[in-house]
Amino acid sequence: MPSTPVASSLSSSALTFQELLFRLQNFWAERGCVLQQPYDVEVGAGTMAPETFLRVLGPKPYRVGYAQPSRRPADGRYGENPKRLFKHTQFQLILKPPPVNVQELYLESLEAIGIDLGKHDLKFEEDNWEWPAGGAWGVGWQVMLDGLEITQFTYFQQCGGMDLDPICAELTYGLERIAAFLQDVDSIYDIVWARDLETGAAVTYGEVRLAEELQFSVYNFEVADVAKLWEHFNLYEAEAKTLIDQADALLHSETAGAAEKKRFPLLATYELALKCSNLFNLLDARGAISVTERVGVIGRIRALTVGVAKAYALQQSETASSSLTA
Amino acid sequence: MADFLLEIGLEEVPARMIAGAEAELGRRVKDLLTRERLLSTEAKLTTYSTPRRLAVLAAGVLTSQEDTEEKLTGPSWKIAFKDGAPTAAAVAFARKAGVEVSALEKVATAKGEYVGATVKRAGRATAELLAAELPREVLSLYWAKNMYWRAGKPERFVRPVRWVVALLDAAIVPLEIAGIRAGNASRGHRVLHGETPVVVDAAKSYTDTLRAGKVVVDVAERRQSIRKALDKATRTVPGARWREDAALVETVVHLTEWPTVILGDFESEYLALPEEVLVTVMRDHQKYFAVEGADGKLAPHFLAVLNTEADEEGAAIIRHGNAGVLRSRFKDAQFFWNFDQKTPLVDRVESLKAVTFQKELGSYYWKTEQDLAVAGKLAATVKAACVAFDEAALRKAVELAKTDLTAELVKEFTELQGIIGGLYARAQGLGETVAKAIYDQYTPASTEDAIPQTVEGQLLGLADRIQTITAMFGIGAAPTGSKDPFALRRAANAVVKIVAESGLPLTIGDVITATGPSTPEQAETFLFLAERIGFYLKDVRGFAYDVVNAVMAAGYDDVRDAIARAEALTNVRDSEDFLAISAAFKRIKNIVRQAEEKGEVFSVTWKDGKFYGELVQPEEKALIKAFDEVEGKVSELRAKRDYRAALETVATLRPAVDAFFEKVMVMSPDPELRKARLGMIRQVREGLAGIADFSEIVTG
Repeated sequence: MPSTPVASSLSSSALTFQELLFRLQNFWAERGCVLQQPYDVEVGAGTMAPETFLRVLGPKPYRVGYAQPSRRPADGRYGENPKRLFKHTQFQLILKPPPVNVQELYLESLEAIGIDLGKHDLKFEEDNWEWPAGGAWGVGWQVMLDGLEITQFTYFQQCGGMDLDPICAELTYGLERIAAFLQDVDSIYDIVWARDLETGAAVTYGEVRLAEELQFSVYNFEVADVAKLWEHFNLYEAEAKTLIDQADALLHSETAGAAEKKRFPLLATYELALKCSNLFNLLDARGAISVTERVGVIGRIRALTVGVAKAYALQQSETASSSLTA
Repeated sequence: MADFLLEIGLEEVPARMIAGAEAELGRRVKDLLTRERLLSTEAKLTTYSTPRRLAVLAAGVLTSQEDTEEKLTGPSWKIAFKDGAPTAAAVAFARKAGVEVSALEKVATAKGEYVGATVKRAGRATAELLAAELPREVLSLYWAKNMYWRAGKPERFVRPVRWVVALLDAAIVPLEIAGIRAGNASRGHRVLHGETPVVVDAAKSYTDTLRAGKVVVDVAERRQSIRKALDKATRTVPGARWREDAALVETVVHLTEWPTVILGDFESEYLALPEEVLVTVMRDHQKYFAVEGADGKLAPHFLAVLNTEADEEGAAIIRHGNAGVLRSRFKDAQFFWNFDQKTPLVDRVESLKAVTFQKELGSYYWKTEQDLAVAGKLAATVKAACVAFDEAALRKAVELAKTDLTAELVKEFTELQGIIGGLYARAQGLGETVAKAIYDQYTPASTEDAIPQTVEGQLLGLADRIQTITAMFGIGAAPTGSKDPFALRRAANAVVKIVAESGLPLTIGDVITATGPSTPEQAETFLFLAERIGFYLKDVRGFAYDVVNAVMAAGYDDVRDAIARAEALTNVRDSEDFLAISAAFKRIKNIVRQAEEKGEVFSVTWKDGKFYGELVQPEEKALIKAFDEVEGKVSELRAKRDYRAALETVATLRPAVDAFFEKVMVMSPDPELRKARLGMIRQVREGLAGIADFSEIVTG
């Protein structure tokens, strides 16, 4: 595409992919957020990382931000589609409870990444969010900038099948989209990821990630062994179930002490549930889950995530109250 | 007298909910002011809204209620005062009325003298009253989906309340809504005005003050300005027009506080994609208006309604951004279109086995097999009536109708199912008849929508829907009350509309029995469709409800016949003779019903001569004679479907009927005569009820 005057005026000062992340991190760190690292187990969205899924439960205020590579095997396109990725990067932010000026803060964060709102069209359009396999939903918006959805803004209402009190605001910035927009490139693979300040030499998104997109598309669509995937799924599910049952008995026990309850490995149990979720996505990409089976398998994952969430909420309240009395 | 302003400041409310909420808030405020006697006679109430606010301005509000006086009556004077001194009864009454004993009055009534008291109630101040009552009204607003937002607080609302302006002229009304205290500080446009509060000095300057804050609070004004701006932007392309889309106009009206419009372009190569796909992408996904050239075909432009007012540089950036998004969506659609062609529809039938139609029933493969059987039976009926159509094409269309559910393009644009199937069928050389039938299978989507144009399309649409309805009834999924999760009412409305408007020689019974051997579900379906026929006659065709009841009482299996009868009845119903006949028939119905309730036994077979001789008065003999003649003529006219003439003939019975009721007492003490008369009048009514049951006509 020929470069228009508009395009060059946009891209000349545009942030690199990594600068975009730095700016967002700095912006929110300055506003009291804990900066976390990406969670190191496969997830389909930043919401599924325990820093969101488990931290939103219970009364304790928390503010956290992290970049989360999010895997959606069925969305892979062998690196051939300029707009679709198997793995994209979300900058995920949780503000619990949401400050009254949360929208204004969000708009400031856009200014912080170089978007002059006076020269763009911004709309908050209704878009409610739900993750049935996690018993989670909320109401909110897709934030549209010049017709492009750049952020999902959700007021979480329920998680793990439980009402949240306080609720929290979840902001999910789609980093590839925003970077492509800021740099005015048509293909995600043309995004400048980093630039050598001395030579001006650029490393593109394609150089960093294209091979991964290609190879994982091959694996997800062609190679992954369906029987093995089911085997893994069943193994993780069985272990998770056993642990959830144990947690349930222990946390409801009147004889068990606070220390014993506190050390029960629910965080590890949650990882087993996440493994199941990712395996489901892989099976789905392989076309191994029929429409009729689908609902059933989602129900199995939901039983795990909701089971962990309920136990986790109980563990928090039990150990919090006992530490007060101790 | 004062002006009252209430503005509730919110985070962006979903566009689809705003109009309803604005109206409801206005109604609630008006009801409250009326209930509390605070509206003056010249009061005027106006409502406003934007995505971030709902507002009501009531002009001509009293600043306080008027004082009232109430007269209370207590015990009799004799009991209340003994020898001029108040008794305990007087003291108790005075306390209850809230007055001094010395203020009690003597009231003379018809029953004697009583103790009275005049109670004066000071009117409450409006501000105080609103502060007490209004928050509850606001928090009771209905929202299709709402949320909690304050920790530990029970209130739910569509989005968090961020500010409240409540003014009685210039004075702040001290109310509090969901923890927000009302003030006089509103907010302007997020970007064009920024975060500085917009102070409203007085209620009546609300709209002007907000306009200075770059917010147009009047919905009608925004609508008009958007339409004008669309016109203006379109004029830059010679001969072009924007595609009218009232629903989209409403959406963007409720997405903007300060609307402007830009015209953008896309590469003409995308015009090779079907118009349906292009328009869906623009309208449903991007909320853009499509532009057409003088030839009515889509032109490579789009119109975006912005919620800002950009300078030239900004406008260029915004245009560039929007065009980029549109381009990539078109590119996707183009990719899916090409990808889908690799597997033609005819090779997709098998894969319908993996697409669930309904868990308890089966897949879309199963559904297709059922539809084929139903369509086959319908085709046979229609063919027997010598209607020409392409039976092989119908079969092919039914077989392929659902295959587009497996197409990537339909997964991306689910609202285009059927349409995409039709376009693919055309592109894949399956013939225009097949393509058209598949394309039209989901029409009519609403009662305003047109029915499929071809016989093949009509039969496919009927088969698909009646199969769905009876199958769903079979698993107990019939709609109940407001619950109709499978949209079966809409499906039934479409069945009625196609049967009524197509000219196909099919009765409702034909359509239902095409689903197979008789089952209890079919009987249920028949009643369900009867309800929909009533709805169609009343709400779609606009017949009066009594005409519909009268006509349907005489049958509705043949829907077009019912319509013809309703038209004829509507034409004659208001003639004097006909109204008299209707009233007389109602009278007959009541007499007969009451006689039956009393256990009278009588036959309607008076014509066999048995009761003939029993009738003694000339008026009743004349009525029989007149009826005999009229019935003969009416049957002939009915057979010719000349309902109007038939009904006019019925009306000629009036003199005989009038004379009968004037002179003859039906309930004669002579049991034989009574039987004869009851039998006769019942025969008169029932013998002429084949077109409509006239007794249903409201004559009062």
